[in-house]
Amino acid sequence: MILLVGLGFRDSALLREEFVRPVGQVVERSGRSWEYMHYSCLARDRVEESDAIILCGTALRDTAYQAETARFSWLNQVNVPVLGICAGMQVLSLAFSGSLVPCCEIGMEEIRGLSPHALLPEGPSFMAYELHGYSCIPPEDWVVLAVSKNCIQVISHPDRPLYGVLFHPEVRNEEIIRRFLWIAGKMK
Amino acid sequence: MENTGRMRLGVLCSGGKDSLFACFCAMQEEEVSCLITVLPENPESYMFHTPNLHLVTLQAEAAGLPLVAIQSRGREEEEVADLARAVAMARERHGIAGVVTGALRSVYQSSRVQRICRDLDLWCFNPLWCSDPDTYMEDLLESGFDVIISAVGSEPFGPDWLGRRLDASALRDLRGYAGKYGTSLTGEGGEYETLVLDAPFFSHRVVIEEREACWQNYRGVLSVKRARLEEK
Repeated sequence: MILLVGLGFRDSALLREEFVRPVGQVVERSGRSWEYMHYSCLARDRVEESDAIILCGTALRDTAYQAETARFSWLNQVNVPVLGICAGMQVLSLAFSGSLVPCCEIGMEEIRGLSPHALLPEGPSFMAYELHGYSCIPPEDWVVLAVSKNCIQVISHPDRPLYGVLFHPEVRNEEIIRRFLWIAGKMK
Repeated sequence: MENTGRMRLGVLCSGGKDSLFACFCAMQEEEVSCLITVLPENPESYMFHTPNLHLVTLQAEAAGLPLVAIQSRGREEEEVADLARAVAMARERHGIAGVVTGALRSVYQSSRVQRICRDLDLWCFNPLWCSDPDTYMEDLLESGFDVIISAVGSEPFGPDWLGRRLDASALRDLRGYAGKYGTSLTGEGGEYETLVLDAPFFSHRVVIEEREACWQNYRGVLSVKRARLEEK
């Protein structure tokens, strides 16, 4: 089971429909089942029961998750594969002592890979849909896998299956979610 | 506090199924305070793009919602500024904290509204974003919406589609077209436009009294000349 975590300022159906359901549809089309949970209700045992976790994005104006780093301490304690999308990448970064800087991108942007990785499509670059007001200065030892002309776009933990993408792969790059699920599947 | 009370929202409304279904979704959770629309000064210039926009006035009345409408010269390059003006007016008049759109998949349209909301410090919600077309169309029909086809814009849609009710039979045909011709089930590619005559949150339904169909080369518009509200 893939656990999709909502990062909205509250457990809102409007945010869920826009930012979680589209990710869930990709998971379903990959032949996997998923369950939803808002980050405020997330318990450690639920995390450990999951085959993989996707931290979904939220609205551009929503920054409440940035003050909730303590709720994500489990990221340091479990070995479940995690993909953070947009706000999810920011949460990953903050949970490992990275930081955020204001950087707004809205719409399609070119993403340039810095080194080949199983998470990313082949080729030097691809287009992706952006909707964020902040970008990440990742933790020191994390690897930067891709960038746009404005900021870091894809990061990974040096040893563990923890990945962050700042763009929204569920909108135009579903393959990246499928690749993450494949990576997570190999780890079982 | 934003995270405790219901948020006041304005819905960008074209009178079609997507914007009014998005309105319906928003109403389940937040307070929809107004509909927002941009009306062309010269309706003829919008003939094949936004037919029957003037009926949003009746729809707003049927929904018991104030309508924030601004006139536009209908120039494509001024569309964003016109829309921003309308949203700013809605914020001023109705104290909205955010905007709801019926965007389905168009990143071009969605990005434009997102930028307007960012510049005005407003929330932007898109409850139909990337929704599964089959599921969305079924939800629409099951929720009690009465929708007709008000324009068609491509093969294989014939003149018989103008004014056709979007029901289970029409959905079957649309699925057939999608499978055979690759057309979008939801009309996202401009294959067809819709007009909502009734919605679960309408106190009255829109009744068309006079209409005129115009058809040429697989493009056609059903122009509503006269309409009124009728009690449900």
